[in-house]
Amino acid sequence: MRISDKFIELKGRKEGALIAYVCTGDGDTGEIVHALVKGGADIVELGLPFSDPIADGPTIQASIQRALDAGMNPDKYFDMVRKLDVDVPLVVMTYYNLIFKRGLEQFAKDCSDSGITGIIVPDLPPEESGELAGYCEKNGIDLIFLVAPNTKGSRLEDILKRGTGFLYLVSRLGVTGARADVALSTKEVLDRVKTDTPRAVGFGISSGEQAASVFKSGADGVIVGSAFIDIIASGQDVTGRLQALASEIKSSLR
Amino acid sequence: MNITKKGKFGRFGGQFVPEVLMPALEELEEAYERFKDNPDFKKELDYYLRDFGGRPSPLYHARRLSEKYGLKVYLKREDLIHGGAHKLNNTLGQALLAKYMGKRRLIAETGAGQHGTATAMAGANLGMDTEVYMGAKDTRRQRMNVYRMELMGTKVIPVTSGSQTLKDAINEALRDWVSNVEDSYYLIGSVVGPHPYPTIVRDFQCVIGNEVRQQIMEKEGRLPDSIIACAGGGSNAIGTFHPFIPDTDVKLFAVEAGGSGLKCTDKAALHSASLSVGEEGVLHGARTKILQDPYGQILESHSVSAGLDYSGVGPELAYLAETGRILPVNAEDSEALAAFHELSRMEGIIPALESSHALAYLAKAADSGELGDIVVINLSGRGDKDLEAVLEKVGQL
Ligand SMILES: Cc1ncc(COP(=O)(O)O)c(C=O)c1O
Repeated sequence: MRISDKFIELKGRKEGALIAYVCTGDGDTGEIVHALVKGGADIVELGLPFSDPIADGPTIQASIQRALDAGMNPDKYFDMVRKLDVDVPLVVMTYYNLIFKRGLEQFAKDCSDSGITGIIVPDLPPEESGELAGYCEKNGIDLIFLVAPNTKGSRLEDILKRGTGFLYLVSRLGVTGARADVALSTKEVLDRVKTDTPRAVGFGISSGEQAASVFKSGADGVIVGSAFIDIIASGQDVTGRLQALASEIKSSLR
Repeated sequence: MNITKKGKFGRFGGQFVPEVLMPALEELEEAYERFKDNPDFKKELDYYLRDFGGRPSPLYHARRLSEKYGLKVYLKREDLIHGGAHKLNNTLGQALLAKYMGKRRLIAETGAGQHGTATAMAGANLGMDTEVYMGAKDTRRQRMNVYRMELMGTKVIPVTSGSQTLKDAINEALRDWVSNVEDSYYLIGSVVGPHPYPTIVRDFQCVIGNEVRQQIMEKEGRLPDSIIACAGGGSNAIGTFHPFIPDTDVKLFAVEAGGSGLKCTDKAALHSASLSVGEEGVLHGARTKILQDPYGQILESHSVSAGLDYSGVGPELAYLAETGRILPVNAEDSEALAAFHELSRMEGIIPALESSHALAYLAKAADSGELGDIVVINLSGRGDKDLEAVLEKVGQL
């Protein structure tokens, strides 16, 4: 399913999107994804683990390490994604070297063949993205860009021009990870970044309350990762609690 | 010269970093362009390099070594620079740049602790808060360097993620910078990382090659036939080589750590020879030659010398190796150790284990004639820091 169709559907219902991130291969990814979707996740970001994740904080780093230790690799990743039977857009989030090594064209094809319709690469700024963007377009995949609180001027305009699917607004300067304070800069960024592409806010959101305030500030969706991964890491009633948290957050987006 | 606007050396280099860092890199590039030729900045840097760092370093004719190998060997004595290595050339330059930019805090990564120590020196001297990330494994292996940094007021932060070594320390320094870009300056330790770092660090290290050029002309009235330097990230190598790149008669040898042989296991390489046998990839913000598995996961590297123990190499070196201008070669742990002992005994100079790789290549190649008649070896550092590691190794032999 294409991301834009999902956002149109949500807009019709005046809902914000819950975009859930988990790292593939940490725990039973099939069960985890089903629980998230059952709880109300509208889009699922499936992390493809990389050995040196510089944009991630301790929670996701640890998840990536567990997935790598359990033997996850790009071949297994695409096999697993192909077998997932869920009716929401799936997005791959990974670092550029894994894409580069597989070959940009091959990677885009593998995404398309396995049902992935979006790619997020946290270490690929627009300046370096031209070639991958070409293969994404050919394969019907959105290349999703990040906008940071300090992205301004002509660079911001450039990103707005290139962005498809949704724009990933980073709520604060820093790495991924749950935070009690989803910074004030969120509202500032939302006010500043005007575009027709849906805007989703991520980095730090972990509760329904935070999601509600971001939604009220004008976001079209929220991205939640570390809070779900904390549950996966605990090993306690994982699917039940994932579904409950997804449902709590989703209900604050209606 | 080889550099295009976007910081590429051929197809190598570039800026593969999180969006948050792009504005910071832009700011850094602008500041560097503004200050690098500023007379006050240059005067101040020259002053620190001379009166604090001890520059210029001598070019020493190693007489006994020359006799043994049947050619004229000169050693560029970076081991005599304050702190015992070439690292201070870069840290003084960048710390001063940070100061001109109005930053109050320095962040750095370190492997063995050499770059961390040089950063601590510059930070203390210029009165800046300094925090150094160091793999937890390395903090245990290099306790004395941790203490040296702490003595100078630097906070050393052990990194427990990943393999707990240099590459993870770089990851963590980048994460810190992402969170604190507004008041902090990331002082990277070699010609690696995203543009403009490979260019900035190279420019600050070119003081080595510029001095060599002048000194060899004074002593010999001509350029050397070859120059040898060890290459980890590649900063002492490119700093020595760069002023000679147009002089195509001068052969430039970059000696990588051959470790215990140019082989790999599933998770790790037994060497650090990314230039010689690495594959193209993207690590720490740059497209370059790296050690990776078939999926693109970064492999841990190995070398007896902590300063060469890195899975990547500077993008400009990758480019120059591909064009054939520099020649990547390697020396294994055992060869470096032999050279370490040889220089100590024959010349009364205890070299750093990193620099011992450059010396080892002299021993390997002297007979072949490929080095010519006059060779300059960059002695990038002194070996006092390595005595414990050498004792341990010799015990094992
Ligand atoms: C004495 C010495 N030489 C060489 C190196 C390798 O670094 P580079 O290749 O950047 O010169 C180091 C790094 O710590 C060092 O301490």
